[in-house]
Amino acid sequence: MLTSAFYFIAFVTIFFAIMVVVSKNPIHSVLYLVLTFFCISANYIFMLDATFVGMVNVIVYAGAIMVLFLYVLMMMNLNAIAEQKRSVLFKISAAVTGGMLLLVLVAALKDANLQIQGSALEAEQRIGSIKVLGYVLYSKYQLPFEVASILFLVAMIGAVVLGKKDNSTKTIGIEPVK
Amino acid sequence: MGASSLIVLICAAVAFSAGGIAIAKFMVKGTKNTAKGEAYECGIPAKGTPWDQFNVGYYLFALIFLIFDVELIFLYPWAVVVKSIGWPAFVEIVIFMFILFMGFLYAHKKGALKWM
Amino acid sequence: MFSLENITNTTHTWLNQTFSPTLALLTEFLIVGVLVIGLFAVLGLVLVFMERKVSAVMQIRLGPNRVGPMGIFQTLADTLKLVMKEGLTPNGADKFLFNLAPFVVMITAMLILAPIAFAKGFQMWDINIGVLYVSAISSISVIGILMAGWASNNKYSLLGAMRSGAQIVSYELSAGLAVLSIVILSGSLSISDIIASQQNGWWIFKGHIPAIIAFVIFIIAVTAETNRAPFDLAEAESELTAGFHTEYSGMKFALFFLAEYVNIFIVCAIGATLFFGGWMPFHIGSWTAFNNIMDYIPSSIWFFGKTFFLIFLIMWFRWTFPRLRIDQLLNLEWKYLLPISMFNLLLMTFVAIMGWYF
Repeated sequence: MLTSAFYFIAFVTIFFAIMVVVSKNPIHSVLYLVLTFFCISANYIFMLDATFVGMVNVIVYAGAIMVLFLYVLMMMNLNAIAEQKRSVLFKISAAVTGGMLLLVLVAALKDANLQIQGSALEAEQRIGSIKVLGYVLYSKYQLPFEVASILFLVAMIGAVVLGKKDNSTKTIGIEPVK
Repeated sequence: MGASSLIVLICAAVAFSAGGIAIAKFMVKGTKNTAKGEAYECGIPAKGTPWDQFNVGYYLFALIFLIFDVELIFLYPWAVVVKSIGWPAFVEIVIFMFILFMGFLYAHKKGALKWM
Repeated sequence: MFSLENITNTTHTWLNQTFSPTLALLTEFLIVGVLVIGLFAVLGLVLVFMERKVSAVMQIRLGPNRVGPMGIFQTLADTLKLVMKEGLTPNGADKFLFNLAPFVVMITAMLILAPIAFAKGFQMWDINIGVLYVSAISSISVIGILMAGWASNNKYSLLGAMRSGAQIVSYELSAGLAVLSIVILSGSLSISDIIASQQNGWWIFKGHIPAIIAFVIFIIAVTAETNRAPFDLAEAESELTAGFHTEYSGMKFALFFLAEYVNIFIVCAIGATLFFGGWMPFHIGSWTAFNNIMDYIPSSIWFFGKTFFLIFLIMWFRWTFPRLRIDQLLNLEWKYLLPISMFNLLLMTFVAIMGWYF
């Protein structure tokens, strides 16, 4: 039962992942991407009972997808994109790059020991329980946690520097920035 | 009921929405009219397309939101254990929030949090 | 005594005795499905009627009073009208996304119901991270709104959706921080644990100053998150026609409308759970006699009473404050609410560690 459910979710995930690549419209791609991530969350929740990890996945990717959505709207002129044709060389190089990544991942995971030790409940106690996570993160790994905040600082400054020019051009509403 | 309640709820939502739309389809005899399909922009014929490049302002807010959102996720496990860990956890979070607040002040100074 | 817990337990044992376990489980699923659909329908009818009556009282008018006694069938008639309307899809719209968006919004609204405790022992899934679950799922609804706005091929829709997105995500931060300050006190994310921790008094009284600040921030933030006036910029009639659902008509519009009202109910239920003890009756410390008297009122009545009080509060806002401009709205969040709620979180931590709460 659990195995077949896993195969079902995995199949759906891969289907959506493929749809991300094949769909012509960038907005559709973005929305298929969010479905892919939600399927992975479903895997965490239903298979591992790791609700915390699943929900963090949902929060982060729902936000991230929104950012991507706005990015597409901001950067691209969708009417022009639809007509644009990509060259064969472009496609071949993309396939080669993706194939090499797949090769590396398969090589890395081939020998990995992926068996869950103990029952699902124990696994939940180890990885899913937010209390355990809190104790470990805030008593044992204090320094990495503080370093993470510096990472946030850098990300924030980066976002502001990239997004905000000092001589901000006045644009109203959907006036194109050209 | 456990996690299976999520599946039940999704099915219920889909059944409810699809049922409503199907009933409406069944009840209505639509008429054909070219004006019906036009975009409603207060009666003025629509010009251009909305699928154009958009202002960067929305994007900037989304980015800053994302950073704060991830920070908030770090705070959830912290909030659960802070009462039992006590002062060390408090000091940690003060440093954490101080560093983030620096970034927040920077964004403020740069005017990134100002609309347009 | 009347109790929903007894009813569910009796049904559960009866089903398991009569049918095979699989069939019993499926029947339970079916019952739950029918119940949530019923809840949605009833909530839609009741809340829209309540909104109109509350508005009428605020403006010293009668409100709907023709259809049925006191006009109580008005919303039913409105729903019937909406069912009879044709659902149009504008030319040049992204048909697939346009039709998918109402489903996404409805599914997110429905999913948030999972961890809510409607009465003592009457909860679908007592998920161990209930509060985080609620904020995670509610952040998905932005995607539905952006989808609807973008797919409509209408400038007002897209602009409304973008505003809505900026607004919802901004206020989610301070709502989350306000929720966290209660989590600090209760030491758990699970809804049932949070309610159980309010056995000897509600957090808004036990947590005094920081809890009250958190409650005020929470109620402002959820008003903005549900796109209610004075934060209803996303559908500001005078500026954007109807925002992201301008092009929706008939039943699809009704679904958006319903989801909006259900979302109000949900955020108020969460607020009632966190700050007012959910189904927990009004208890004062160890006054056993007083607490016992309070226990005579069924827990479901406590829950719905508190929730509807908060809904009334949010409806009250609508007729008290003028609508904000988008820059004022974002200023309010990023310049005032977010720093205040961050500071309040630290204050709450201080209070919690010092043990200065009841």
